[in-house]
Amino acid sequence: MNWTTRFYYKLQRMWKATRLYLILAGPGIVVMIADNDAGGITTYAATGSKYEYYLIWFLIILCPVAYYVQEMTVRLGAVTKRGHAEAMFDGFGAFWGWFSLIDLLLVDWLTLVTEFIGMTAALAIFGVPGWLTVTMVCLLMGFMVLNGRYWTWEKLAMAFCALNLIYIPGAFMVHPPVSDIFSHGLIPNFPGGFDSQLFFFLMANIGTTIAPWMLFFQQSSVVDKGLKEKDIAWGKFDTLLGSIFTVLVAIFIVIVCGTVLHGVDVDDAAQASKLLMKTHHYAGEFMAIGLFDAGLLGAICISLASSWAFGEVFGWAHSLNAKIKEAPWFYASYFIALVSAGLVVLIPGAPLVLITLFVQVVAVTLLPAALVFLILLLNDKETMGDKVNSRWENLINGTIVGVIIVLSTLYGISTLFPSMFN
Amino acid sequence: MSIAYILRSVFSDVIAKVHAINRRYATPRLAMSKHVRLALLCLRIYLLILVGLLAYKFISIVIH
Repeated sequence: MNWTTRFYYKLQRMWKATRLYLILAGPGIVVMIADNDAGGITTYAATGSKYEYYLIWFLIILCPVAYYVQEMTVRLGAVTKRGHAEAMFDGFGAFWGWFSLIDLLLVDWLTLVTEFIGMTAALAIFGVPGWLTVTMVCLLMGFMVLNGRYWTWEKLAMAFCALNLIYIPGAFMVHPPVSDIFSHGLIPNFPGGFDSQLFFFLMANIGTTIAPWMLFFQQSSVVDKGLKEKDIAWGKFDTLLGSIFTVLVAIFIVIVCGTVLHGVDVDDAAQASKLLMKTHHYAGEFMAIGLFDAGLLGAICISLASSWAFGEVFGWAHSLNAKIKEAPWFYASYFIALVSAGLVVLIPGAPLVLITLFVQVVAVTLLPAALVFLILLLNDKETMGDKVNSRWENLINGTIVGVIIVLSTLYGISTLFPSMFN
Repeated sequence: MSIAYILRSVFSDVIAKVHAINRRYATPRLAMSKHVRLALLCLRIYLLILVGLLAYKFISIVIH
């Protein structure tokens, strides 16, 4: 065989692999990019405006953290063909099962409210009234799930994931000093010393990287998509790609805000968009579009995570491949969560700030349990067979889970008692 | 059929379903090894402390 033939066959093999990946891609990319939800965008905008580029190295570290936690759900879902909620009931009994399910429903609903807060604030910048945003989002999300196919839903969700990359051209518009980004951002450092404020920001960034709904969503998504054990490698690759994209988007938000808004106290991403628009109109608009998209992606995944979990435990049909007639409770719970969360945002004088803070506190009651159960389930040789956690995986995942639990708990406590770390 | 009747039948269905779930998952399938027991104990303590802190915060808000 001459080199042209070898090259041709290599190209054919690569094309075949790419096509296979495109079929299997989805759960990892969607969950990871949806992780950059409205709350996440605010955290990154605040981080960039407060610490310029100095914490980019920390965001890079969060890439493997997110990957290692989420890839466990791929293995568990593909091997057991069960969602996370059902796996918890089955593995740990009714007490821990109910605790996780009720906590998940509460956290998801509260987070859904925060996504609507982000979406209405983002479109308000373009003069769209809140009621119209909520109505449009509910209709769009209704259209996405009612087509009766998981595949269509997933590809639509991936189109919204692609829109999330809007922050990348946005960053180029503000002409950031590239040499400063590399020299300040890539070397681990604690700008201004390790004080309570920096600690709070580090905790907030970790808190936005791993959320309880992500574990439930990806495992259920893997099951609904029908991934098999032989697809685990592609599922892991999908998760890795997603974790790279999510960190990339976070870094570019930090770059935009670090370049233009350095030294400004940013309370939320919508405020950052408005401030950006004063000097860089299009970059500000991109930020607002990205915020809406982030809220939408978060809402898409979070509402589904709850409905899947509910269906798994109650034994109702719970697949996007099912029609409304076949899975009425699955779709009913989806729409009830969606519409009620949207309506809360429209109530005049609703305690939206309190809800945003409460999400962080309630999430830390669920996250440790979900993570510890995940590790224990992945160590169950009887169920997992050769996909059981290896010693190295236990060491890495155990360390990550331990650190996440400690820091997210401190983050939750610091939200409850803001003066504690001063 | 009155609304009250429909609501009653829905609630009784849900309660029956919850009982059935409790029966189905009464015994954890995972073997309760020393490590698993320890992890669950730590989780219980963690949650008790967290709920205690939440209650303390709530009470302090109400008092002030």
